[in-house]
Amino acid sequence: MSRNTLPVLTVVLAIFLLWYIAAIFLNAAWAHDKATRSGEVLTTQTLVADTWSQEKPKLPAPHQVGAEIWKTTVEKKITSKRSLIYHSWVTLSATLIGFALGTGLGIALAVGIVYNRTMDMSVMPWVIASQTIPILAIAPMIIVVLNAVGISGLLPKAMISMYLSFFPVVVGMVKGLRSPDAMQLDQMRTWNASATQTFWRLRLPCSMPFLFTSLKIAMAASLVGAIVGELPTGAVAGLGARLLAGSYYGQTIQIWSALIMAAALAAALVALIGFVQRMTLKRMGMA
Amino acid sequence: MQEAAVQMPDTVPGQSVISAHHLDLTFQTNDGPVHALKDVSLDIAKGEFVSFIGPSGCGKTTFLRCMADLEHPTGGEITVNGVSPEEARRSRAYGYVFQAAGLYPWRTIGGNVRLPLEIMGYSKAEQAERVARVLELVELAGFENKFPWQLSGGMQQRASIARALAFDADILLMDEPFGALDEIVRDHLNEQLLKLWARTQKTIAFVTHSIPEAVYLSTKIVVMSPRPGRITDVIDSPLPPDRPLDIRDTPAFLEVAHRVREGLRAGHGDE
Ligand SMILES: Nc1ncnc2c1ncn2[C@@H]1O[C@H](COP(=O)(O)OP(=O)(O)OP(=O)(O)O)[C@@H](O)[C@H]1O
Ligand SMILES: [Mg+2]
Repeated sequence: MSRNTLPVLTVVLAIFLLWYIAAIFLNAAWAHDKATRSGEVLTTQTLVADTWSQEKPKLPAPHQVGAEIWKTTVEKKITSKRSLIYHSWVTLSATLIGFALGTGLGIALAVGIVYNRTMDMSVMPWVIASQTIPILAIAPMIIVVLNAVGISGLLPKAMISMYLSFFPVVVGMVKGLRSPDAMQLDQMRTWNASATQTFWRLRLPCSMPFLFTSLKIAMAASLVGAIVGELPTGAVAGLGARLLAGSYYGQTIQIWSALIMAAALAAALVALIGFVQRMTLKRMGMA
Repeated sequence: MQEAAVQMPDTVPGQSVISAHHLDLTFQTNDGPVHALKDVSLDIAKGEFVSFIGPSGCGKTTFLRCMADLEHPTGGEITVNGVSPEEARRSRAYGYVFQAAGLYPWRTIGGNVRLPLEIMGYSKAEQAERVARVLELVELAGFENKFPWQLSGGMQQRASIARALAFDADILLMDEPFGALDEIVRDHLNEQLLKLWARTQKTIAFVTHSIPEAVYLSTKIVVMSPRPGRITDVIDSPLPPDRPLDIRDTPAFLEVAHRVREGLRAGHGDE
């Protein structure tokens, strides 16, 4: 662990440095405008100070985003409509439901593809085709159609999450379920094992490393799906809604804090899967 | 003319456990047909220990796989316990030991040995009793809760033999089970295998590349040669059933080994 600290810190430091420098250049124009209007003369020092403290900067400085996140998480009650934790929870719930549905659908399709010749020949092209359509084009249609049949709120967003997350699971699980070698399958045959027994005792355990890798990708895709699902509805809650509202009113600091929150959420979820993966594979003797 | 040298054992067909008549098997490959077995006839009587020896690619594995219903002959007949290999497989008539131990890394040694028992629907109590008994048999008692990676290669191979012994198959098919092990471990396992065979009275078909191993273990040695794969000699061993390791230095042993070597050489010169 400690061996990694120095390189990680160096990278983080470099990112912050670049970020601050970029903020100076991107926000300088506005600072000059302001100065000309009020007849002030900007020294380098005042210019830098101004670019790092504007109210609606093109690129907010890290400490501004940090302060905004602090204000909207720690200092706000969770029930408040302005709490970032509340919005994160709205997005997270759709993400988790979509992830669960997508994983279920993905595994079901993979089992079908591996065990059924017809599905093997026919399903994969459709699965791939489904992912070539841009999600931004599909999302509004899903929301509108589901709204028309009286389903709104969480479920449409979860559907979009599912749409994005089932794909890596299908691909990974098909490969995983096919990963037992010929000898292992022959062995099952010598014991006259049924297809179900072979599935539970051989194919499924063999597919675990593949499944976890897919789940990590699926989780990230789910979060993207949930956020995208919040955009076209003009949703009032969720990280997507914060992004949208922020861009309406030019609240760049709000946009960036929502973005950082989404990134942190994704990192935490993927890390969680990574943890479960390590524990499971270790217990299974496969790591 | 080599075929003339083949000695057909004079066992009564009704008593033979494995009986092949004019077996043919041709694989259709992209490079054209491969004649893996040609006119193979052999009878294995109950309780025999038969070794198959021959150069690489002569069809030893293919023949064993035909007995196990893992490969389907394109001609001739083969019966196992008097029925078709498929029926024999469905009635779990044989245990098959592959060249690699093939233990599941996510199961303990006990769990691995238990696997076929679970599949065959033995009761929990029966499973536990049998696992304990066969692990004892291969001298792995006490390793039941270890995982495969905690065991040496030789121990893993013994566990895979235990797994094939756990259910009541009276035939044991073994495809170079000790091929990957060093000489000393191999000697030890050979000794154990002979004891086990004497104790359990199983019929064993055993593929090997080693002449001493074949002669030491077998009551009958089948010499095969490639392209097309066929039997060139069948040698009934005159050695007594009780075989200490140093029997390998006796004239009788060397005599049989010599005959096997001659058979192998003849098969080679035939190409
Ligand atoms: N599934 C298969 N498809 C095509 N050809 C095969 C197949 N299995 C075996 N063969 C061919 O059949 C021949 C006999 O193979 P086999 O594995 O029985 O030989 P073997 O005597 O066991 O050799 P080794 O001592 O190397 O294990 C070889 O020429 C091999 O290439
Ligand atoms: Mg072989």
